[in-house]
Amino acid sequence: MDIVPYLLLATLEGLVQASVLMLTALGLSLVFGVMRVVNVSHGEFFMLGAVAAWVCANLIPGPPYVPFIAALLIAPVFVGALAWAADWAILKRINYNPEATIVSTIGLMYIIQQMTLITFGPDAQAVEAPFYHTVRFPWFGYSGYKFFIIAVAIVLVGGLLYLLRHSKVGLYMRATQFDKETAQNFGIPVTKVYSGVFAVGAMLAAIGGVLVVPSQQAHYLMGHDPLLLSFVVVIVGGLGSIPGTIAAAILIGMSDGLLSVFFSPTLAKIFSTLLVALVLVFRPQGLFGKAGR
Amino acid sequence: MSIHNKKLFLLCLATLAGLFVLQFLLSDYLVLAFTRILILAVFAMGYNVLMGYTGLVSLGHAMFFGAGVYGAGLSSYYLGVSLPVAFLAGILAAIALSFLIGLLALRTQTVSFMIVTLMFSQAAFLLILYFSEFTGGDQGLTLPTSARSFSLFGLEVDMTSDVARYNLALTVFGVVLLGLFAFTQGPVGRLLVAVRENEDRTRMLGFDTYAIKLLAFTVSGGISGVAGALYGLMFGYIGSAFAEFKISIEALLFTLVGGPGTLLGPLVGTGLMTLLIDRLSGVTTAYLIVIGALLIVVTLWFPTGILGTLRDRWLPWLK
Repeated sequence: MDIVPYLLLATLEGLVQASVLMLTALGLSLVFGVMRVVNVSHGEFFMLGAVAAWVCANLIPGPPYVPFIAALLIAPVFVGALAWAADWAILKRINYNPEATIVSTIGLMYIIQQMTLITFGPDAQAVEAPFYHTVRFPWFGYSGYKFFIIAVAIVLVGGLLYLLRHSKVGLYMRATQFDKETAQNFGIPVTKVYSGVFAVGAMLAAIGGVLVVPSQQAHYLMGHDPLLLSFVVVIVGGLGSIPGTIAAAILIGMSDGLLSVFFSPTLAKIFSTLLVALVLVFRPQGLFGKAGR
Repeated sequence: MSIHNKKLFLLCLATLAGLFVLQFLLSDYLVLAFTRILILAVFAMGYNVLMGYTGLVSLGHAMFFGAGVYGAGLSSYYLGVSLPVAFLAGILAAIALSFLIGLLALRTQTVSFMIVTLMFSQAAFLLILYFSEFTGGDQGLTLPTSARSFSLFGLEVDMTSDVARYNLALTVFGVVLLGLFAFTQGPVGRLLVAVRENEDRTRMLGFDTYAIKLLAFTVSGGISGVAGALYGLMFGYIGSAFAEFKISIEALLFTLVGGPGTLLGPLVGTGLMTLLIDRLSGVTTAYLIVIGALLIVVTLWFPTGILGTLRDRWLPWLK
């Protein structure tokens, strides 16, 4: 039997997963990097993006690409606004205390999950892909939509990196990340940067959710796995390091598909959770990072 | 031996006496509810040793509760040992696991510590599912009828009787409460609080803070295991739900509501929350939403909990 088509297919599937993971994990990494807090409800923002795509598909008439484009715009705005409100109502008031933030975002996770369960019910919901175009390889045809996912992820991540490196907003963010007090002394509105970063982090997860939902059904508990994988990526890539996060997302997104071919999904998850714990214990700067400041 | 903090000691004795009298006043349903509350309060008191007194917030205590449940339940189910031996096996399993996890997790601090304990606990939960042929997985295992009664020192105890269960739970609760009184109100307790308030300064004073934290971690995990072993054996059922993330969060919530770093706070928090959750699960299946909201409310406006607020305002000995 020919090995090439299998390798090609596994690589493509890995790249699609890596793209979505890159968006979601970057959101978590950005929030941790700039604000030094861990957002446990990050997976729920991803889930809300997927559910929003399903709602759009049901409410907006027209060919499938119309509600899809609408969802791609509406979901991040809605989720970003929700995150902004959570930041204003909760995180700001506990002064971004790292431990209190974890406890209250666990609370937020339960609230979002159960609200979704109450409003949308326990069933998994499928959403039609925005377009059907098959890319022909000599051995098999592959969904053109999945190439679109990869393209969107590359464009967004590229845009984000450019923004961070070359814009004033990016400078504000990097300054806040480097030293909050000094940044404040230089007139940088640190509290606004915090609210903005928290909202942008959530929006990235929501876009990941919208993109994934034509190939994976929307469900109120679907946020668990992206949260766990984002944790793995962020921690393996080095806490708060954007290039590390991108590298780790590609590595783990590519290998996750292969791992679940050879091992059971439960075993793969045991491996990931232990990896996160042991990296934090023995190499807190991440597998790729240099010894921290 | 001199007793530090006599007022608190008297309050503990009065609480135990009150809980003993309670069984003659309550309906059968509430006696059962209070049996569960007493066992879960032991769990929360164990959690409180680490979180309240030592200031280390763990998100993984479900694994120690689960170690108690499975250590006791599996040795009773597969080896057929008597219940007191199974109970001891559960406690030993929890002590061994918490010592081991403590050695690793205590190399990290604050946020990393929370994530590390969470991840170890999830790995333990997934392992229970992975070996479901042996552990029963999420279906669980029901202990055989032979494991529903035992005799100790000539005393026959029937685990299907409500009265026996309540008094057994109260006995274990009383032993743990008085043991923790001695542990937290004496010199060791002061060391735990010193680590919570300022770890660097404690180290500067010549104490080995890693050893102190490891002691707190192991005692905390061991007591959680006492609660787990008792729960599994008393109700004759073990299942993966006892090692879920939700269990860790419940210990955290009970302790936060009652008052972290107060000896009786976990009992108050567990009592209030368990009664509330029981009520709510009758009304709605989405009672987790209330747990979520309470976590936020307590963090925002009520970080010292009920007894913590009383202590700060009026009763400084309530610790």
